[in-house]
Amino acid sequence: MSTRIATGGRLTDRTKQVDFAFNGKRLKGIQGDTLASALLANDQMLVGRSFKYHRPRGIVASGSEEPNALMNLGRGARFEPNQRATTTELFDGLEAHSQNHWPSLEFDIGAVNGPMARFLPAGFYYKTFIHPRPFWKHIYEPFIRQSAGLGKAPDAETKDADTYEHYYHFTDVLILGGGVAGLQAAQVAAASGVRVTLLEQSAHWGGRAPVDGGTINEQDPDVWVANTIAALQQMPNVTVRTRCMGAGVYDHGYVLGYERLTDHAPEAKGPRHRLWRIRASQVICATGAIERPLSFAGNDIPGVMLASAVRDYATNYAVAAGDRTVVVTNNDDAYRTALTLHAAGLSIPAIIDVRAGIADSPLIAQARAAGIRIEQGRAIAKVKGGKRVTGVVICAQAGSGGSLDDIDCDAVAMSGGWSPVVHLWSHCGGKLHWDTAQAMFRPDAERAPTGAEGTPFVACAGAADGYFALQEILNDATETALKSVTQCGGSVSEQPQTQGHSLPEAPLAPVWLMPQGATHDRRAKAWLDFQNDVKVTDVQLAAREGYESVEHTKRYTTLGMATDQGKLSNINGLAILSDALGADIPAVGTTTFRPPYTPISMGSIAGEARGDLFQPIRKTPMHDWHEAHGAHWEPVGHWRRPYCYQKAGESVDEAVHREVMATRNSLGLLDASTLGKIVVKGPDAGRFLDMMYTNMMSTLKVGRCRYGLMCSENGFLSDDGVVARIDDDTWLCHTTTGGADRIHAHMEEWLQTEWWDWKVYTANVTEQYAQIGVVGPKARAVLEKLGGMDVGANALSFMGWADGTLGGFPVRAYRISFSGELSYEIAVPAHQGRALWDRLLEAGAEFNATPYGTEALHIMRAEKGFIMIGDETDGTIIPQDLGLDWAISKKKEDYLGKRAQQRSHMTDPARWKLVGLETLDGSVLPDGSYAIGSGSNANGQAVVQGRVTSTYHSPTLGRGIAMGLLLNGPDRLGDVVPLNKTDGSTVEAKVVSPVFFDPDGEKQNV
Amino acid sequence: MLILTCPCCGVTGEETEFHGGGEAHLTRYGPGSTDEEFQAYLFRRENPKGVHFERWRHVNGCGKWFHAARCTVTLEVFGTYPAQTLRPPEDLLERIREKRPGWRWKDLS
Ligand SMILES: [Zn+2]
Repeated sequence: MSTRIATGGRLTDRTKQVDFAFNGKRLKGIQGDTLASALLANDQMLVGRSFKYHRPRGIVASGSEEPNALMNLGRGARFEPNQRATTTELFDGLEAHSQNHWPSLEFDIGAVNGPMARFLPAGFYYKTFIHPRPFWKHIYEPFIRQSAGLGKAPDAETKDADTYEHYYHFTDVLILGGGVAGLQAAQVAAASGVRVTLLEQSAHWGGRAPVDGGTINEQDPDVWVANTIAALQQMPNVTVRTRCMGAGVYDHGYVLGYERLTDHAPEAKGPRHRLWRIRASQVICATGAIERPLSFAGNDIPGVMLASAVRDYATNYAVAAGDRTVVVTNNDDAYRTALTLHAAGLSIPAIIDVRAGIADSPLIAQARAAGIRIEQGRAIAKVKGGKRVTGVVICAQAGSGGSLDDIDCDAVAMSGGWSPVVHLWSHCGGKLHWDTAQAMFRPDAERAPTGAEGTPFVACAGAADGYFALQEILNDATETALKSVTQCGGSVSEQPQTQGHSLPEAPLAPVWLMPQGATHDRRAKAWLDFQNDVKVTDVQLAAREGYESVEHTKRYTTLGMATDQGKLSNINGLAILSDALGADIPAVGTTTFRPPYTPISMGSIAGEARGDLFQPIRKTPMHDWHEAHGAHWEPVGHWRRPYCYQKAGESVDEAVHREVMATRNSLGLLDASTLGKIVVKGPDAGRFLDMMYTNMMSTLKVGRCRYGLMCSENGFLSDDGVVARIDDDTWLCHTTTGGADRIHAHMEEWLQTEWWDWKVYTANVTEQYAQIGVVGPKARAVLEKLGGMDVGANALSFMGWADGTLGGFPVRAYRISFSGELSYEIAVPAHQGRALWDRLLEAGAEFNATPYGTEALHIMRAEKGFIMIGDETDGTIIPQDLGLDWAISKKKEDYLGKRAQQRSHMTDPARWKLVGLETLDGSVLPDGSYAIGSGSNANGQAVVQGRVTSTYHSPTLGRGIAMGLLLNGPDRLGDVVPLNKTDGSTVEAKVVSPVFFDPDGEKQNV
Repeated sequence: MLILTCPCCGVTGEETEFHGGGEAHLTRYGPGSTDEEFQAYLFRRENPKGVHFERWRHVNGCGKWFHAARCTVTLEVFGTYPAQTLRPPEDLLERIREKRPGWRWKDLS
């Protein structure tokens, strides 16, 4: 069983007890524990179930590479799934729940998958669940959905109770990793005076050195670590942070740091996580190395752990993974674990060393001297046990697994060698080379990520660079730091001298499968990826089925695709694949390392951008009035526009109906301030607008307005609006509400990059004016009541505009109509908008002046057959589709989109064209409904011949009306076509003109 | 996230301050051009592994368009220049020749 050892624990204070709960069970840990060490101290070997087969799983590692011990942490508004027990610092009141089991961790019905394992081979999703077709919906999908997913999603209605922030930071040399290499690099770089930033992901400085032994400057590494960090903290040019992980390295020295401020102290004030957005001239990755598991049958049974993790738990937390621990290794380093446990008084039944006939190195000699049984050239045939290890069967590594001996034990410490943590080096394109002697990929300094100047900006130091002896680590860190300082333009006059000493080691044996000739049954129990349940046989099967690329094998088997991104499994899986393909490991290559290094919280990514701060809201000068009068808001771009104004006891539909009828019968008022307004001015402005619009704008007379269409160079309709000619060289272009910024940018792009010699100036003046639509039979009456300028039919005819005053306000009145009513749009300086609005309401009271919202606006335009950008258009529609040929100049040689509209597909007579649709039963067609043709296509889907683009209940006509695009539509007036409904049935509609109301324009021409 | 210097206002800023606009130095074809010419203008683009000329707009800054000469592999920025030109400045071309002997991009080398 795993227990707390009576003495020791360099990171813990056993005088301070910490209470926590696991699956509802009250447990006790001590100050300084991680959740993982506390669970082990309580003999909680079983901590979760695997993803696919729901196999029992225990803690494997001691750091961020942990694949199994993922927890649901906290509750309510602070609930969070998939948190690693190994990187979760214990605090009083912590609540953790294990994942992937039902109904309980100890008894899991899903584990029935286990015996079914042979029916779930690599790529089983792609193979098994295809036939018969109908099984997918009712049998396969529900089964997969029930089994799939790590952890539990937080309740969708719960808002994260914590706060998060972003922090911008600029530095010369950024060092990621606060182990010996990082500290040495920091003190060398800091001595030059350049700005140095040092980040460490854990709560402790020093990395592995204090656990692994050796000396620095002839002292315990802990002493040197403490002195060095203390000195760095005193220096004004140095910033250091613990609990801050280098999450990703990006182009040109951009780095994300992920600082966990209060995860270990939830009662503390301030943000929970802080995302550091760093710009560094030089980045040094001193990110260490990760130990590799070995592949043998039963290597996933709880109690089988990385040798380094077993050592960490013993030294750092005084926790024994077992009373009797078998060590299995292909290298010397695992002997340190045996010696550490032995020194703590724990039993080491044997060290199983796959290397045959190697001479005793100092570590092997020490183990021998301690009286530990060493079995060389041996392997583990299989691990015995279910929910925990009960023993191992020993065999010859060279054979196929014939049993030589059974050894009882309750823990297995395995070591397959070390892999440098090259993730951050690789994020921005750093390349790797294969070190055959140490059997690992290490950074290739000749092919480093480069910055804006084309020079390297990332380097690795220490174990991350492939160095493992203390002196080599220190030398490498010193050299790397000196180079980085030079790159920043600094220099170091006095170098801090640091001497390291660690024991020399015998070479490792690259062993990727144990024993070498393991039978299929055994290989099918040898796990590569613990989190995604990928076995040696899965990768071998993928190779047999023709998956030669490591990237394809990864996706087919899901190897390395879990939340740990294959930190433990990548190299082992790659080696198995290479072997199966008969190729060298470097020839097969690695998969791509992508940020973040470990998952970071969504909260930290959002930072302060949540709630009201997520996005600024644009408000018109009349916004407050709308708010106070029942506005039912609709977001339009960053604006909020009233969809309608609800009166007490009124539904949205009733409000819309009332607004339409009041406008048609008497007087409606619309806040049209959000419409885009762009001034285009200059000697070449007319020529320019002739290129921008499909119509001729240069011939527009001063004082007149013209409806214009804008297309992309691809010919597609992009925006529309009314253009007014203000004076000889000035035009004012109205755009859609959502289009103002886009169209202004579009104009500027062509002016700056194509016709830069044309003398034209543009300005987006949208927010300079408030604009009010005064609409309806009484529109003229209310304006005349305000008095000032002549708004009569002759003085201000349809499609004219005039400057003047109304009720004392300086205004520009446009006689334009989007509703078919007698209509004026009155523009005033923005600061007078609200006053004019109030004045119009007051003066209009006798005419039942009724403010209306966007829905009434939409209905009235549809009743008149006016198109709406975004409804009738979707980026694939040309003006000709919409019967807008009248707005396309035939005289102009050129305009944006003209050439595209001559292409064969654009002139195809079979393009769907705009019509009106009237259901025979008067009902409202569903949005997006399709007009059904006859027969079916190659996929067995019904052939369609058109679709609805706008559909409304028309209060004016008392029935459903719709606009839509239909094959040969304009030639088919009077035809009846079936349109589908969401319930699968169809409804018949008559093809009619899209102008449903007042086709002769009698209402507006008064 | 790239760092670029706007040649119009002189600001050196993060990529989020700018907006990419695709390939630079396109020749516009309008009415009268052949289908082949027009489609090439509209759709055919260089996709080099190496030196590339591209358009950027200082969208959250001075609002001006400019061009950048950049390596798509190493992300090295050789230089930026205002968009009001049919050809990159000669000193920039010379700089690229020094750093990347034998480079070609469309009719530039
Ligand atoms: Zn600029």
